[in-house]
Amino acid sequence: MSQVEKSLSIANPHPPHLNTQQKLSLGLTFVGILMIILPWLAGNFSTTDYRFLLLPALSLIGIGTLWYSYVSYKDIPEGIKNNGNYFNSLTNKGTLAWISGIVITGFYVCLYWFPQTLGLGVGGAANSGLVQMFDPLSYALNGKAASQWFVYGALYTLIILVLGVKFMIKYRHNRYQQIRTLSVMFFQTAFAFLIPEFLAKMNGDLAYFSKDMKNMWPLNYYFFEDWHLNNMLNGGNLGLFMLILGIAMILVISPLLTYFYGKRWYCSWVCGCGGLAETAGDPFRHLSDKSKEAWHIERILIYGILVFILFTTALVLTTYFTGNSFSFQMNPYLIICSLIVIAGILLFAEKKLYPEMPNKKSIITALVIVGTVSFFIIWKFIYTGQTFQFDTYKLRSWYAFFVGAAFSGVIGVGFYPLLGSRVWCRFGCPMAAILGLQQRFFSRFRITTNGAQCISCGNCSTYCEMGIDVRWYAQRGQDIVRSSCVGCGVCSAVCPRGVLKLENGPVESRKIIDISEDSGIRVNV
Amino acid sequence: MHIAIIGNGVTGTTCARFIRKFSNYKITLISGETDHFFSRTALMYIYMGHMRYEDTKPYEDWFWKKNNIELKRAWVKNIDFAGKTLHFEKGDILNYDKLVIACGSKPNKFGWKGQDLKGVQGLYSYQDLELLEKNTQTKINRAVIVGGGLIGIELAEMLHSRHIPVTFLVREPNYWSNVLPEGEAKLVNNHIKEHGFDLRLSVNLDEIVADENGRAKAVKVKETGEIIECQLVGLTAGVSPNINWLKNTDLAIQRGIMVNLHQETNIADVYAGGDCAQFNDPVEGRRPIEQVWYTGKMQGKVIAENICGRKTQYDPGPWFNSAKFLDIEYQTYGVVFPNLQEEQQRFYWEHEDGKKCVDVVFQKDNRQFVGINVFGIRLRHELFDKFLREKKSVDYIMENLQAAAFDPEFFKYHEQEIISAFNQQTGANIQLKSKKGLKAFLSLMRR
Repeated sequence: MSQVEKSLSIANPHPPHLNTQQKLSLGLTFVGILMIILPWLAGNFSTTDYRFLLLPALSLIGIGTLWYSYVSYKDIPEGIKNNGNYFNSLTNKGTLAWISGIVITGFYVCLYWFPQTLGLGVGGAANSGLVQMFDPLSYALNGKAASQWFVYGALYTLIILVLGVKFMIKYRHNRYQQIRTLSVMFFQTAFAFLIPEFLAKMNGDLAYFSKDMKNMWPLNYYFFEDWHLNNMLNGGNLGLFMLILGIAMILVISPLLTYFYGKRWYCSWVCGCGGLAETAGDPFRHLSDKSKEAWHIERILIYGILVFILFTTALVLTTYFTGNSFSFQMNPYLIICSLIVIAGILLFAEKKLYPEMPNKKSIITALVIVGTVSFFIIWKFIYTGQTFQFDTYKLRSWYAFFVGAAFSGVIGVGFYPLLGSRVWCRFGCPMAAILGLQQRFFSRFRITTNGAQCISCGNCSTYCEMGIDVRWYAQRGQDIVRSSCVGCGVCSAVCPRGVLKLENGPVESRKIIDISEDSGIRVNV
Repeated sequence: MHIAIIGNGVTGTTCARFIRKFSNYKITLISGETDHFFSRTALMYIYMGHMRYEDTKPYEDWFWKKNNIELKRAWVKNIDFAGKTLHFEKGDILNYDKLVIACGSKPNKFGWKGQDLKGVQGLYSYQDLELLEKNTQTKINRAVIVGGGLIGIELAEMLHSRHIPVTFLVREPNYWSNVLPEGEAKLVNNHIKEHGFDLRLSVNLDEIVADENGRAKAVKVKETGEIIECQLVGLTAGVSPNINWLKNTDLAIQRGIMVNLHQETNIADVYAGGDCAQFNDPVEGRRPIEQVWYTGKMQGKVIAENICGRKTQYDPGPWFNSAKFLDIEYQTYGVVFPNLQEEQQRFYWEHEDGKKCVDVVFQKDNRQFVGINVFGIRLRHELFDKFLREKKSVDYIMENLQAAAFDPEFFKYHEQEIISAFNQQTGANIQLKSKKGLKAFLSLMRR
């Protein structure tokens, strides 16, 4: 029996305001963040050397966040901590959420397209501002001056580490969550950050190729591009190893692991995008859209992008092996018109097939995508003239621009506080699409529903970051077998009746019930 | 054929869904509470900020139109059973061919002085939630909750999430000990205190004291005479069928609307189910009034089958249920009474952390398994359902306990410890037989 302090029973364990320690720790974190933002903003206007800020900034962010997590959870009993999620400005799309969204989006825009604004020295010039600030760490790890990607990688890893610890304290009653979080923290720190930097240092004279062993095609969309293949082939033993491992991952390792454990082995245990979503993105997981309409949009987008990358990669490889570049000219307005026609057909089909279902979100999504793509096409057209040259290489640069950068980075992370933490993983990632198809049809993984215990409360659906309406399956006593499920296990954790369990077993034992066979909730019939 | 269903809770909604599956009858689903079906069990999560009202709806709003189920938002004032007509509060009427009454429960009030004051409320309906929101807009220094049951602890948890200190008056010597055996009830006591609630056991409410504005300002405890100042009083001493509006009609009513196992009332073409129904001859081992989520669901489906000409009896199978007390989950399979029956024996194991326990009851003579309560541990419903239907012995169940484990992967399993305690307490010599995991479960289910 746990001993209960008598005096506690009349105290209120949930004081309404932040206590002193919470305020102090948040203050430290905030100062640390300012030390990042200041060189970023000031770097372009002053020549101040900000290198001395690196250690204080990273330490303050680390210590502040860990301290805050500890004091916030230490005095309250273990359990689910979702109180007030829908009342908090940051986690309920309030002012704080919009501010964070804009700041993160702005950072990504600078990172991808205007790295000199972060202080990257262009054309042999020395770094300044934020990038310069990270030079000491970069020299220590890989022997070179920092690039914007080094800054990004270092901050990304720091965030996964400190918020990973926060997540582990929050879920200290749940060993699945703890071990899974340790795993994403490990893979980010070792495989995505440290090992590639060390390998780069040891092979300093080699041309660049990806040294992140877990970052496989098609998430790493340039793996099969000619320059990358050449750099690996000319990269000595390490290059050859990365090439063979990369192909083995796609053809052998990943299919085997997905067969045995579902796509969670990658998406919520190993992947860096997943790592950030599960740690920094955790407070926003409930913001994912659970409607059936969102599911339609999801399938069109994710499989559309999968086809796009398969097509692009096939062209790039054909050109690589045959030397023939595929090329044709196209009027920019024709491209925009065909986009509008495709979107129109999809919207029409949706309305025809599901006349009762609202299609506001589909229309908005179509407008945003067609609008953005058209804007960039017209913008480029002004510079380049009458027609658009389409060839093997152009196509892949479009992919890199629209999918690799704009979708996975800017929207994928920048919109965490508005659309939830898994926007990229759910609507965009072609890797998730491939693993998902296998998970749906050829994997031992499922989420088992425990008999007839479900009370349809909807916690599982609300806290599914992938926007799966888990309750829809659970209340019919059906196992959840969905291609998008990343196996984070939070549905099982938040369920108040112990209804859901992630598990692996014979493929044919997965209980998938067609809607027409729904016979209510009888057990053992 | 026009089917009118009064009540869009889980019983009425399940009934409507299955009538639609079986037929193309016209269906009108009537509720004065909300426009759409929502999960009553999730009301607490709205107040705690875990979910929004929209998130509690098991079906999206377009579902009803797609399935051609008409929704009517209105309170029924009375029913003309002879003329097969519903009269609504606003004066309009609706004719039906067959009628389903699934109008749920209302919170119990036992005639306490001051029970209808401002700032005094129960928690059952969406309106109760709105009232709670309104009642807690002003500063509440303390709330008092009367009644130690499932809704009481939910309300306590809700108020705590809004930083409102709570005093919890429980009539029984331990929390919910009219249902839970002593071990479990004490375990929950401790957990309630661990969360910082002011739990008062074996006390009754004497009266609620009003201030000059007719608002509750304190409660008086009967046993001690103590006055506890508070601005909110939650009355959560159970619920009873919502049948006052049906009294003095031809409909046979005792505590609830009387039905047979086909969910038929004494009036032809009128059915009742869910919280408001009372079986005149209940299924063996079950109570005449069952106020749980899944029984409402099952009864709704039985009504649909009978309306659509598939004569069906209510047959819920062995008793089961679950709940969550703050952070501790509870599951039960079979019937575990708070007090051991004469011919029964008990095995009780509690983990050293005081947050997990297992309570197994079996027959003394033939060691047949009767029921199990588990706290902080998840078990597989289907396997225990099979054990109970096949009247397995307690030894067989203990041997195969690992196959029934349903806790998430990597959780610490306690079966070995439980078996050792079982052997020690009951003089048995059991070894854990089946392995843990899905494979063991599947092979046991096939047997």
